[in-house]
Amino acid sequence: MSDQNSHPTQLREIQQRMAACIMQPITRDERMRQRRADGTPSLREAEAIIRPNDRLSSFERLEIYNRQYWFRLYTSFQEDFPGLQAVVGTRRFERIMRDYLTECPSTSFTLRNLGSRLPQWLIAHPDHSAPHTRLAIEMAQLEWAHIESFDNPAWPPLTPEQMAAIGEDSVLTLQPHLRLVEAHAAIDDALISLREDEGDSDSASNNASTGFSARRTRRMRTLPGKPVFIAVHRFDDSVYYRRLDPEDFHLLKAIRGGATLSRAIDTAFAASAIPEQDRPAHLQSAFALFATLGWFCNQTAEDPL
Amino acid sequence: MPANRFNGYTDYGVGIGLRVPHYSHILEKKPVVDWFEIISENYMVDGGRPLTVLDSILDQYRVVQHGVSMYFGSTDPLNREHLKRLKNLVRRTNTPWLSDHLCWGSVDGRYTHDLLPMPYTWEAVHNTAQRIRQVQDLLEIPIVVENVSSYAEFHVSEMTEWEFLNEVVEEADCGILLDVNNIYVSSQNHTFDPRAYVDAVPSERVAQIHIAGHSKFEKYILDTHDHPVLDPVWNLYERAIQRCGPTATLLEWDDNIPTFDEVHREALKATQYLQKAAQRLTAEEQKQAVAQ
Ligand SMILES: [Fe+2]
Repeated sequence: MSDQNSHPTQLREIQQRMAACIMQPITRDERMRQRRADGTPSLREAEAIIRPNDRLSSFERLEIYNRQYWFRLYTSFQEDFPGLQAVVGTRRFERIMRDYLTECPSTSFTLRNLGSRLPQWLIAHPDHSAPHTRLAIEMAQLEWAHIESFDNPAWPPLTPEQMAAIGEDSVLTLQPHLRLVEAHAAIDDALISLREDEGDSDSASNNASTGFSARRTRRMRTLPGKPVFIAVHRFDDSVYYRRLDPEDFHLLKAIRGGATLSRAIDTAFAASAIPEQDRPAHLQSAFALFATLGWFCNQTAEDPL
Repeated sequence: MPANRFNGYTDYGVGIGLRVPHYSHILEKKPVVDWFEIISENYMVDGGRPLTVLDSILDQYRVVQHGVSMYFGSTDPLNREHLKRLKNLVRRTNTPWLSDHLCWGSVDGRYTHDLLPMPYTWEAVHNTAQRIRQVQDLLEIPIVVENVSSYAEFHVSEMTEWEFLNEVVEEADCGILLDVNNIYVSSQNHTFDPRAYVDAVPSERVAQIHIAGHSKFEKYILDTHDHPVLDPVWNLYERAIQRCGPTATLLEWDDNIPTFDEVHREALKATQYLQKAAQRLTAEEQKQAVAQ
């Protein structure tokens, strides 16, 4: 490290110190903070790195990047999680965005993965979504599942011959675009109606934005408690939410966890109300549906670099 | 230059950036467009609609890849996952060249998703050129670097931006995507003559040109890509084309995106300059033939 008060000359140090400035949260009126959370004065850092000009100070020039960083992240995050915003309200949503993105900055070249750690983060920070914590976590899980389902791989489905050869000890592979989400209320219906109202588009670009305008969403009314088991999957390039019987949901979940078919079936019916004699017929129709949707598949090899 | 080793010896005309709001128009109406530029990152996925749309576009149009997250100027090791996905996409599109920005944007594995300016130092020249060479070797395709708009300068800079660009492309032996809007934006923000920049660029390395609109604020200009191209930028474009010859040109429009036809019309304004440059080139060739 060079002397804090002189101008750093090494590229890596310049980038580290500049990134620390621009990735610190902006204030409510969208300005750069005077001090970072660790106490480092932003002015000193700006003056150490950035040359002023006749119109803007070092601080003001660095602030442009600080604002751009957050405008870009907020815009992307808000596009990805409109349901969460509707659950907790705009004010709390903004606090979640700021604190989550500060603790979990992007570690991927694509903004697509920005929310990958959000459900876990909400579980670890229940105060941020109280008193709707459970609904908020489930909604975030569903919205993240939607993102994954949208562009995760689709592998070749099992052929009829392969399906016929499935036995008790088979370990099946599920389509990567099939995601399984369990909720205590009908969040799937709520999210569908919300998305119908707002539409969605998400893509990378290389332009600067003039500001971030928080999208106004209507608050989601408290949803009546009713457990739902949702398969988020892709068909013909569209993402669908399909409600499953709890037995089928737990069956798929066990298969995803690596269980053999016989173990998965045991798990599926462990707490089932379906009478023993009806279970074979139930399984048969479930498997017919999964086969039609191509949910059992063969993993394809990745291309090498 | 019209066709050179940095754009795979192609001779593309005026293209536009492929954007989501125009998907259905393009697929249904099949408008005549010389070529499309795609943002690579939007298609570096494993499946779904982005790739289906891309494949349909590839069936009917010429496509060139433009990236926003390679960060040639970063000091982190190259991201293998990124390169693997990019290589898969290159195999899919057969892009004749691949562009990304002369900037940095990630450090210690954290991504800003912004195009951050470089300190113009010798250390940065060597670091950046080395990374460009690595990417070029791995992807086995001509790499072309684009100058970015910037809003800040560094105390430690040892040269001008165009000197930095020239040093990097020489050392990396790569091409240039000359963004004349970015030159204009930076010239206003840092008070230099944009014509000096255009005049200093090694024209034989220019593989492609970008034009775009920007937004003017009280104390600085932002590269917003949400307007038609402004007159001073057309003037710079004309100057660049005079120097480089009729070069593949692309209009970027990323915000407040109007109809496809409106974007295309704006892009095609470049044609008059390209035709003039082509005529001049023919005249020069004739003169040379007569002299021989
Ligand atoms: Fe550009």
